[in-house]
Amino acid sequence: MFNTALTLSDLVFLAKGAGMTLLVTAISVSLGTILGIIFGIFRFQVGPVWAAPVTFLLDVFRSIPLLIQLVLANAFFGMVLKLNLTGLAVACGVLTLYTAAYCAEIVRGAVEAVPTTTRRAARSLGMTWLQDMTHIVLPLATRVALPSWIGLALGVMKDSALVYIVQVTELLKSTQILITRLQEPLLLLMLCGAFYFIISFPIARLGGYLERRLSND
Amino acid sequence: MFGYTFQWGQAVKWLPQMLEGAWVTMEIAILSMLIGIAVAILFTSFRQTKSRILNGIVTTWVEIARNTPALFQIYMAHFGIASFGIHFSPFVSLLIGITFNNVGYLTENFRGAMKAIPDTQTRAARSLGLSAPQAFAFVVMPQMLRIAFLPASNQMVWAILMTSLGVTVGMNSDLYGVTQDLNSVTFRTFELFAIAAVIFYVITKTIQIGARLLAARLFRY
Repeated sequence: MFNTALTLSDLVFLAKGAGMTLLVTAISVSLGTILGIIFGIFRFQVGPVWAAPVTFLLDVFRSIPLLIQLVLANAFFGMVLKLNLTGLAVACGVLTLYTAAYCAEIVRGAVEAVPTTTRRAARSLGMTWLQDMTHIVLPLATRVALPSWIGLALGVMKDSALVYIVQVTELLKSTQILITRLQEPLLLLMLCGAFYFIISFPIARLGGYLERRLSND
Repeated sequence: MFGYTFQWGQAVKWLPQMLEGAWVTMEIAILSMLIGIAVAILFTSFRQTKSRILNGIVTTWVEIARNTPALFQIYMAHFGIASFGIHFSPFVSLLIGITFNNVGYLTENFRGAMKAIPDTQTRAARSLGLSAPQAFAFVVMPQMLRIAFLPASNQMVWAILMTSLGVTVGMNSDLYGVTQDLNSVTFRTFELFAIAAVIFYVITKTIQIGARLLAARLFRY
């Protein structure tokens, strides 16, 4: 009744694609978060006027489709600069900046959510700016930022499905390759979707739980 | 310096075609938002009922839409449904995929907005003699739409950006598809896609600023 041409080696092929998805996500989210924190704090510190160039630049990453960002970066490095970058490097680079753009927004919002009075109290107790940042702002802002950051990380994992355009064979691309060969779109797409869902759903639920748990009211 | 000659003149020549593509992109985004909002309102009303089946449908839809990539949803609409013998044109597949995604996110937005509306309002409406559907349609829903207006405009921006995924199911009349086709003729990849990026940027900014102005104008008390 149920038979398929799917073999074990095909499953290994899919697993490799899934590994690639996770690898790209892990690299971009970790680097992007670091950059995002730097940009976010910078934007908060220097105020909206001086941060305008950074704000504009980061906004560009959120206003044009990721697919076009990837194609542009690939064309720029490959055709204009004639560098021999691998697709993986281009994909990670673009996704890192993409993550940083969203993360900066989250970090800025979270730092702004720390009451000014609390920070002034810390400073008047003799804490330096750095101490204030690490001991007062960091714990308070993390509560605000964590749920959104989890959402962002999951968003980047889902958006990493687009890096096939720079010749990175991640999960969805390897699924498509198998579909072309085996002609069983439904089964293969279900497998692929199930993988994304199994990773994304519990973490999204955790994010929702943390959001309820950490909110002050 | 670069050893590469930018030929913007050649690329700008194709601007009219690309703007036509941008119009198709807008069409898909607007249609998917209109259908999406209608279904999301329906789903929000389902959530008000205690029916386990209706709630189950809504939860399943929302969780799948939010926890899988949009590209996967568009593939599913095109190749997945095709295996049942139903073949959609790329336009329809793309529309279905984006709408499916929109419904998921909008329903979640509306749920957040519903939380902000006190339950007492429904009860007051009911005790004034309105039926449950009437109380939802005339008392709760207008306020919900007002609160969810700006998040929904963000979703509109997402819908615009998602139309670029149509190229994976063979769509070639939207902005990305047109650019891709022109690219395969002229090979001015960087220039063409840079222009497409600018068009996308202008469209999304216009929507964001327009929504802010509209919200300030419509929702003042």
